[in-house]
Amino acid sequence: MTENPPVKLTRKDFSSDQDIRWCPGCGDYAILAAVQRTLPDLGTPPEKTVFISGIGCAARFPYYMSTYGFHTIHGRAPAFATGLKLANPDLDVWVITGDGDALSIGGNHLLHALRRNINLQILLFNNRIYGLTKGQYSPTSLVGKVTPSTPLGSVDLPVAPLSFALGAGATFAARAYDVSKRLPDMLKRAHAHRGAALVEVMQNCNVFNDGAWDVIRDKKTGSVNQLWLEHGKPLTFGPEGSLGLRLRAGSLDLETVKVGEGGVTESDLLVHDETNRAQAFLLAQLQVPVPMGVLFAIDAPNYDADVRAQREQQVERHGVGEMHELLRRGHTWTVD
Amino acid sequence: MTQASMVREELEAVVIRFAGDSGDGMQLAGSQFTQSTAVMGNDLATFPDFPAEIRAPAGTTYGVSGFQVHFASRDIRTPGDAPDVLVAMNPAALKVNLADVPDRGLVVVNTGAFSKQNLAKAGYEVNPLEDGSLDRVRVLAIDISKRTLDSVKDSGLSSKEALRAKNLWTLGLMFWLFDRDQASTVEWLQTKFAKKPDIAEANITALKAGYHYGDTAEFPSGIGFYRVGKADLTPGEYRNVQGNDALAWGLATGAGLAGLELLYGSYPITPASSLLHALAKLKNFGVTTFQAEDEIAAVCAAIGASFGGSLGVTGTSGPGVALKAEAIGLAVATELPLVVVNVQRGGPSTGLPTKTEQSDLMQAIWGRNGDAPLPVIAASTPGDCFEVAIEAVRIATKFMTPVMILSDGYLANGAEPWRLPDVTEIEPFPVGFHTETEGFQPFQRDPETLARVWALPGTPGLQHRVGGLERSYDTGHISYDPANHLKMTEVRAEKIAKIADSIPAQEVDFGPTGGELAVVGWGSTYGAISQAVRGLVEEGHAVAHIHLRHLLPFAHGLGELLKGYEKVLVPEMNNGMLVKHLRAEFLVDAKSYARATGKPFRVVELQHEIRCHLASQDGQG
Repeated sequence: MTENPPVKLTRKDFSSDQDIRWCPGCGDYAILAAVQRTLPDLGTPPEKTVFISGIGCAARFPYYMSTYGFHTIHGRAPAFATGLKLANPDLDVWVITGDGDALSIGGNHLLHALRRNINLQILLFNNRIYGLTKGQYSPTSLVGKVTPSTPLGSVDLPVAPLSFALGAGATFAARAYDVSKRLPDMLKRAHAHRGAALVEVMQNCNVFNDGAWDVIRDKKTGSVNQLWLEHGKPLTFGPEGSLGLRLRAGSLDLETVKVGEGGVTESDLLVHDETNRAQAFLLAQLQVPVPMGVLFAIDAPNYDADVRAQREQQVERHGVGEMHELLRRGHTWTVD
Repeated sequence: MTQASMVREELEAVVIRFAGDSGDGMQLAGSQFTQSTAVMGNDLATFPDFPAEIRAPAGTTYGVSGFQVHFASRDIRTPGDAPDVLVAMNPAALKVNLADVPDRGLVVVNTGAFSKQNLAKAGYEVNPLEDGSLDRVRVLAIDISKRTLDSVKDSGLSSKEALRAKNLWTLGLMFWLFDRDQASTVEWLQTKFAKKPDIAEANITALKAGYHYGDTAEFPSGIGFYRVGKADLTPGEYRNVQGNDALAWGLATGAGLAGLELLYGSYPITPASSLLHALAKLKNFGVTTFQAEDEIAAVCAAIGASFGGSLGVTGTSGPGVALKAEAIGLAVATELPLVVVNVQRGGPSTGLPTKTEQSDLMQAIWGRNGDAPLPVIAASTPGDCFEVAIEAVRIATKFMTPVMILSDGYLANGAEPWRLPDVTEIEPFPVGFHTETEGFQPFQRDPETLARVWALPGTPGLQHRVGGLERSYDTGHISYDPANHLKMTEVRAEKIAKIADSIPAQEVDFGPTGGELAVVGWGSTYGAISQAVRGLVEEGHAVAHIHLRHLLPFAHGLGELLKGYEKVLVPEMNNGMLVKHLRAEFLVDAKSYARATGKPFRVVELQHEIRCHLASQDGQG
């Protein structure tokens, strides 16, 4: 379509001149860098890219991109993004949200954006804490979390973001963490998905919840707990991939086994099928190992495309509407 | 001698109220009577009054549904204060409505529904048809149920199905009594039941049977048969219109005049839902409707669409506006066009969902956090909804601001003949999106209107970020600077105030400019105030009617105008809102007549109130 010769875009083309106001050491810096580095490879110019956010630390993200951006109100970013996609489906729209924004105040909107399968990329920065309001527990905080609002420890069960998404009917659910080298791959996969693509990004808040993701993020011990999923490949993890997951006999549950021990061979392990929602559910609920990568991805109709198709069909059938004529349809009468 | 050959008594105006169970089809009977009456060339106004419950238990007083139609051979502006004719399909309908019928009024009752059980459900210990309690009115007692069943006995329908046609039998009788043509209803039934010809046939048979009954039955003495001549209406092409339909057509027309597509985000709520239904039919007019997951998502999607270059519109009633308040504030802060429609109902909280009220005026003007001014305009009649919608789109796009339209349940559901506008004659107001990259910043303003530029995502070189955080007047970037916040607060207010420069100065609707008393109204009380004031002016009183479309900002000249009267009276269907706004703005000693009953004003009550404020009446006061 464009007549200009393709220009190689760089990270600079997607970075704004605004001072970044996150705390030094925040995981958000790494995510921002990954996004800014990945976008030049996606083929969409900055002017056709839009970042929409709600409220929270993560929600400052659009100010640091040199794309179009809309910093909206708490929890509602998916609804703004829905309206924007309905108005202009050609735009490449990213929603940036956090665990409080997406799963507490905005849980309803995330649910419906996912089930409608609006063509969006939704990056959920999960640090299991409220940062911007100074450290209250969040809907993903683990039970017993001691914070200013829960001095004796929180008592409510956390929500598992990807289980929520899969239950809502999401067509794409993936996971990575802030400083992971594979985060760009997840961004690319999410971008390539036609529909609502949710990526949970486990993010460290070094001020209010430092170490919340040490299980996978710890430089020494974290990697063995990461189970990177690949479609069609057996589920292995641990030192040199020596551990694996298989279905527990006689139940719908996963168990960890050691390949080569007790007669277990690689062929006993469950093979990842990213089109299988039930299997994705089992993975999404695992505490250790922590499945990373694309848990689930299927093709399904998009609300935004189908709404537009209905409109075009009506124009085809009835022509472009004439209000003057419409008002005179039905019972009218003339007074002389 | 058949009664048809008798001379019909000529009446100037008649008010008929159809009342029955929610399931009795009274809304249908009323609207069909209206249609036929419109075609006969009468002026008319209607008022449907139904319960919030979809199907309340049959026979109960709280399940009574009513439809009032006022038609005349002269200009009329309200659905009428009191019914000259009450059609009561069961004891509960009689119980609820009888008090409104004046002495010597006509009451048509379906005796077939006056069973012991139904009488008990309505709270009658003794059958009112037998105890003399109806002596003050004229009663036409007919076993409509039986006559309906008899008329359609050959239709093959079950008796339950056949009995459903009793509203059409009754309608037929009313057509006969008031000399209406049945053709439009016959045609409507044939279209409506095109796929169920046996039902269509039975209904048409019942309709005609009711009509023939009038023609042949012996009526008790004192029951007349009437005709109401054509009204002297302004020449032109007319149709009946309800406010929500007119709003839908006006919004689509306005978007077309601006050269924009329209996205309507909404969550179903009484009495605004029919606006969503009407817009959903306009897909080939560049209209997209989005039934959102909640009120908040509905407005947020509309704002998202405006950010993307469509006209975002959201519609709801008062409780929905409460939920949308934060998002509307964001549209104020980011200076994006948005139209918010509030079809008001009785409050507070869930209040009276199906009743009408004007109690969201303060919410419209003040109901957001922070100093967040936005223009507020109100429709005065169902037909006026069309013009007000276009005006809202014009203001929203010209000034880059959310606009609040106030309608109400009365306008939404009431119908009136509407002289069709020539849409092709309306001056377009095309939007110019910003494309110039030189010196661009997202909050650069038109020096005249103070509107900021509208630069769309997708435009090369204009990438920018907007949001709810305060922004620098000079760069559009985030700014917490105190002087800048003060400047931005003032600019936002000044921009809204400047809208007054683009609207006509306030005029007197009827009566003298200056004098003893000005009656100032807004919104759907237009018809009642207008009729009340005209009547008093005819009696020689120096009363004027001033009606406000623009509630924020007020039209220029309003303050001076009000100061030309000795007294100012503000009737409102709330507990006193516009009156406070006027007093605060102009330091006028305006008096309030505030009545929140959930019902429209009656002309007589307004006239009574106005008389109390007239010097010539002081002796009585």
